[in-house]
Amino acid sequence: MIAIERLSVTYGAVQALRDVSFTVPTGQVTAVLGSNGAGKTTLLRTISGLQTPSSGSIRLDERELVGVKPENIARLGFGHVPEGRGVIGEFTVEENLRLGALMAKVNLHDGLDEQYQRFPVLSERRRQAAAKLSGGERQMLAMARALIAKPSVLLLDEPSLGLAPLVTAQLMHTVRDLCTQHSLTVVLVEQNASSALRIADQAVVLHLGTVVANDAATVVANDTDLRQYYLGMVE
Amino acid sequence: MDAFLTSRIISDVLTGLTNGVIYGLVALSLVLVWRSTRILNFAQGAMPMFATYLGMGLLSYHFGYWPCVAISIVAGFVVGGVSERVLVRKLYGKPEINPIVVMVGFLIVLEAVAAAIWSTLPRGLPSPFSAIDWQIGGKPFAMSDFSVYEIVTAVLVMTLVALLFRFTKLGLQLRAAALAPEVSRLLGVRVGRMLTLGWMLSTAVGTITTILVASNFFTGLTPQVMDGIFAFGFIAAAVGGLDSPVGAIISGVVIGIVLQFVGDYLNSNAIILVALVILIVSLMLRPNGVFTKSTARRV
Repeated sequence: MIAIERLSVTYGAVQALRDVSFTVPTGQVTAVLGSNGAGKTTLLRTISGLQTPSSGSIRLDERELVGVKPENIARLGFGHVPEGRGVIGEFTVEENLRLGALMAKVNLHDGLDEQYQRFPVLSERRRQAAAKLSGGERQMLAMARALIAKPSVLLLDEPSLGLAPLVTAQLMHTVRDLCTQHSLTVVLVEQNASSALRIADQAVVLHLGTVVANDAATVVANDTDLRQYYLGMVE
Repeated sequence: MDAFLTSRIISDVLTGLTNGVIYGLVALSLVLVWRSTRILNFAQGAMPMFATYLGMGLLSYHFGYWPCVAISIVAGFVVGGVSERVLVRKLYGKPEINPIVVMVGFLIVLEAVAAAIWSTLPRGLPSPFSAIDWQIGGKPFAMSDFSVYEIVTAVLVMTLVALLFRFTKLGLQLRAAALAPEVSRLLGVRVGRMLTLGWMLSTAVGTITTILVASNFFTGLTPQVMDGIFAFGFIAAAVGGLDSPVGAIISGVVIGIVLQFVGDYLNSNAIILVALVILIVSLMLRPNGVFTKSTARRV
């Protein structure tokens, strides 16, 4: 379980997160929703250690994560797929995966095989520069690169951004499967609320850096006010 | 055949090649640091010079040449690492002029300190290889045991660096840390250590270069031993592209050969002039370097 308590982050004069508290249950998908500027990306970056909060705490099973360096948080089993995917374009597909596998305790070849089976298109393009991949393929590569390290927590930042609806649906399906089969804990940040709510167990809605709703995904999905005012879902 | 091998053209090509691999090594060490930390290291000649004094100085205590070489290389790693941790680290993310001023200052300080400790008199490093040209049919052929030593060492160093970067886990992390530090950290790469390692590696490569230069019977080790060579290595790196290790090496060799012809057929005083013309023309035509593929870089 990840427990986030009274987390605040400021960039100069701007307060990106204000007293944010919620828990992420182990082995479930927690969707973090909200419009642009709600603080979703800041939240993930703070969990990963890339951003230092001004106050508050983030605990993984009683272990404090605030103040721990990002590379060490990664070593604790956090896989962060950043916004814009963060694949290294100059690297080949396989080099990106090898980089992801650095901390994996499993054999590199087994890890590669597993990801190539999950995402066959990556296998076809293993020797190509990642810069040459399409948006959907890059998203798959970024996911595979995080998964190859066998994380226990997966942080996904806007995976549907720029993807066709069908690709997004497939991706969400994959996330759900991973969570169910490997009891992976997932924090899914999305602007695309409807596709995220379809697979999420819990949902947290952020607005201008504060939590405005925190409930079961089905409850949030059926709340007309939330849908209309914060999630931009037109009836 | 003999006449051809001892001809003026072949002689210039070989002499130029021997000089060129040295410029290529200096350029390579500049590229190693530039790629990982975006700093143009003006002390790239002075830091290895200092390490070379530390190691080769033991010759006076009856250490052999090869043990001193090994100790110098280790000293190179140490000088590079300590400089990065103490001095260079404070320059990351600062305006571009800051590292230039600091590294030029560091160059001056290192040379002054070296002069104060070891004096400015050239110190001969008795290499086991003769620098006297071979003879073919009674005529001098522009190669010596020493130039073979230089070329073989340079090729070996370049190959080892290439293998390290291309095929090892460490090389993968070094490249990733340089290209995408934030993403690398998210994948568990200890980026800070990789940057330190980049400087260590570059200074060690520089130290091997300095030993080659200073082991030449006609040069010797002085605090300023690398100043002139740094200038040519710098030009090679800028022409080849500061992001391209292969480009840096190739342009080092080409510049070495071209300048040898200039010195022989034109005037040895024209060498530095022509080198600067090459730099200016190439920067006008290909500002990112002849061998650099990408023109834009997201930082």
